[in-house]
Amino acid sequence: MAKIHTPEELESFRKDLLSRKDPSRPCISICAGAGCIASGADEVIAAFKTEIENQDLQAKVDTKGTGCPGFCERGPVVVIYPEEICYLQVTAEDVPEIIEQTIKKKKVVERLLFEDPATGQKVVREPDIPFYKNQKRTLLCSNIKIDSKSIDDYLAIGGYSALNKALFGMTPVDVVGEVKKSNLRGRGGAGFPAGRKWEGSRNAEEKIKYVIVNADEGDPGAFMDRALLEGNPHSILEGLIIGGYAVGAQEGYIYVRQEYPLAVKNISLAIRQAEEYGFLGENILGSDFSFKVIVHQGAGAFVCGESTALMTALEGRVGEPRPKYIRSNIKGLWERPSVLNNVETWANVPLIINNGADWFAEVGTEGSKGTKIFSLVGKINNTGLVEVPMGISLREIIYDIGGGIPDGKKFKAVQTGGPSGGCIPEEKLDLKVGFDELTKAGSMMGSGGMIVMDEDTCMVDVARYFINFLTDESCGKCVPCREGLRQMHRILTNITQGKGKQGDLETLQELSETAIEASLCALGKSAPNPFLSTLRYFKEEYEAHIDEKRCPALSCKELIAFYIDPEKCSACGICRKKCPVDAIDGAKKTIHIIDQKKCTQCGTCLEVCPSKFGAVKKISGEPVPPPIEEEKRTLTKKQKASVQ
Amino acid sequence: MDNDRIDQIIEKHHGEPSYLIQVLLDIQSENHWLPKAALERVGEKLKVPYTRIQHIATFYKAFSLVPKGRHGIHICMGTACHVRGATRILDAVQDQTGIKPGETDLDLKFSLETVNCLGCCALGPVMEVDGKAHGKMTPSQSAEVLKTYE
Repeated sequence: MAKIHTPEELESFRKDLLSRKDPSRPCISICAGAGCIASGADEVIAAFKTEIENQDLQAKVDTKGTGCPGFCERGPVVVIYPEEICYLQVTAEDVPEIIEQTIKKKKVVERLLFEDPATGQKVVREPDIPFYKNQKRTLLCSNIKIDSKSIDDYLAIGGYSALNKALFGMTPVDVVGEVKKSNLRGRGGAGFPAGRKWEGSRNAEEKIKYVIVNADEGDPGAFMDRALLEGNPHSILEGLIIGGYAVGAQEGYIYVRQEYPLAVKNISLAIRQAEEYGFLGENILGSDFSFKVIVHQGAGAFVCGESTALMTALEGRVGEPRPKYIRSNIKGLWERPSVLNNVETWANVPLIINNGADWFAEVGTEGSKGTKIFSLVGKINNTGLVEVPMGISLREIIYDIGGGIPDGKKFKAVQTGGPSGGCIPEEKLDLKVGFDELTKAGSMMGSGGMIVMDEDTCMVDVARYFINFLTDESCGKCVPCREGLRQMHRILTNITQGKGKQGDLETLQELSETAIEASLCALGKSAPNPFLSTLRYFKEEYEAHIDEKRCPALSCKELIAFYIDPEKCSACGICRKKCPVDAIDGAKKTIHIIDQKKCTQCGTCLEVCPSKFGAVKKISGEPVPPPIEEEKRTLTKKQKASVQ
Repeated sequence: MDNDRIDQIIEKHHGEPSYLIQVLLDIQSENHWLPKAALERVGEKLKVPYTRIQHIATFYKAFSLVPKGRHGIHICMGTACHVRGATRILDAVQDQTGIKPGETDLDLKFSLETVNCLGCCALGPVMEVDGKAHGKMTPSQSAEVLKTYE
């Protein structure tokens, strides 16, 4: 591929690309995102390739391994264009049938379609599936359409036209102005207006400046940024180049966690391709703007997602945050003006430049504009990535898109904002999603993790879990965070183990206040949030643990016990065989008994007890009924029949 | 790992001290752990004090200063897996292997680690062995999976 030297050359190259594409030619897009690969997408892709070769269809059909379209619950996801037929949970065995029926005979394979659980109706087209229909996908929609390793695919959907427009139709000040006007706020968590950050850097005196992509997505249960990096790396790169032009930077960095090997690979490839095509390097598209991008891998430290810690890590040192008396957009990386934005923020930039600030600001609430990608996970029917307009209610996300809670369980809370966020209870479900709205409710937007919890989730344990995470990830610089969190974790662990005592909640609150007041960075300042928000909405659970030594959700191991209801046990022996610690006594026709001293509360017996018996019970806060007397343990035929 | 290979890695990163973390990551990914001799070599070549290398190698989770087992078990402890019972999987795996997170057994068969999110939340709780994800685990299933590794 020869370099593209002028905007005209870019447009004629694009025209040529499009003219070579036949829109009616079938294309099989298979999600090759991490979620689908874990469900076996690799085998499916290989099966399609073999089948197409065997049938000698290479000249008639395209196949693509694409980025994540979001519906991870039903992966591997396959979409067939141009009809947009969507097949879910496809296995390698289904492939010959798909080729035979859909590709050759243009018939739909009914059994692989989405079935609406409410109406039982099959849905053929991807956009008609309720999970997608209720979203507004401006960023994620491209993922399934393009081969994430192909710059030509990105160009075919209009890629790098925003860069073209910015370089030749706008001054850097215009670009900053447009981003400012759109009121794009940082998608990484804090929601700082991107345009203002850019302007600060642009106006800084120092000549050497940097723009940086924060792809150190460390929140457990969140993978939005990864999906974009893996699926559509050029969109982020294009945003970054435009940002570089706007603030006057010569170099860009992409800081991506090493735990995302595919993202590292795809973004590195994208950079090489962009250099080859002339979107990076000297005199981009013939303009006098030159720019290069370097990928830097993180080495596994949550705190490096914090802006100053990330920059310290980029300098090759231990990622500890530093005080921000002077903001990093004035003095950041190597003491020079540095604009750091999250992956999703950068991906929005080309869209804003192409469609204008007004288009972007049309969607959303007063303070939060545009769309936001959430990773909807936990106790939810449709796990996956969802992109929704700001201002949508949590209820719509969880029920209309997420399909509600599985197994008929009751919703308890939704946790947003990652480890530093908070839990929002049922009565607040009509809350509109936006930066300010979530903060008011005691949580935060964060980067977009949304973890749904049902009645089986213990809120004290959730608080303990997050504090444990943050204790582990605290860099150790500030005492209130390093030592305070450790003490909080100790007290919370005690509470979940039934060793809580009066005064614990007050001590926890005091430790929280100190951490909030006296920590340097956002990690420490917001670390007590998981405790404070669960205490605010679920105080009775804390009290049950401390006062009654009872876990209302039947989840804390030390506070629960398993026992076998002698009325229901039919001595099938499954639990006895599966028990990992041989704690179950019994024999053929002898009612089984759990030895409470040996039991480790792993729950295997409850899991394996056939549902028609349902003999294993989980209890908390009450004594375990004494074992049935030895002479009554023998099951007669009649008894056995009555159980069944 | 011999010095020539280490020098090649350093060369790849242009011998820049600011690429120290990248150099260590490359060594870790090839050798699976960071031997003392390798760290000393890196310090010499990049002209970075050994204390700083130690600081980095102990601060970041990706680095190991001890050898690893033949099979790496990663139990996802991300929030989604946590609410779906990841702790029970971890307990079961600990019982079976006799090692705790961060440890390697004496036969160098398994190394156990917890990770904070593998990003396949739809399959939670997830256990990853040698890079292969095993989804929707139960304690008894995790035991079955581990039995298949030699």
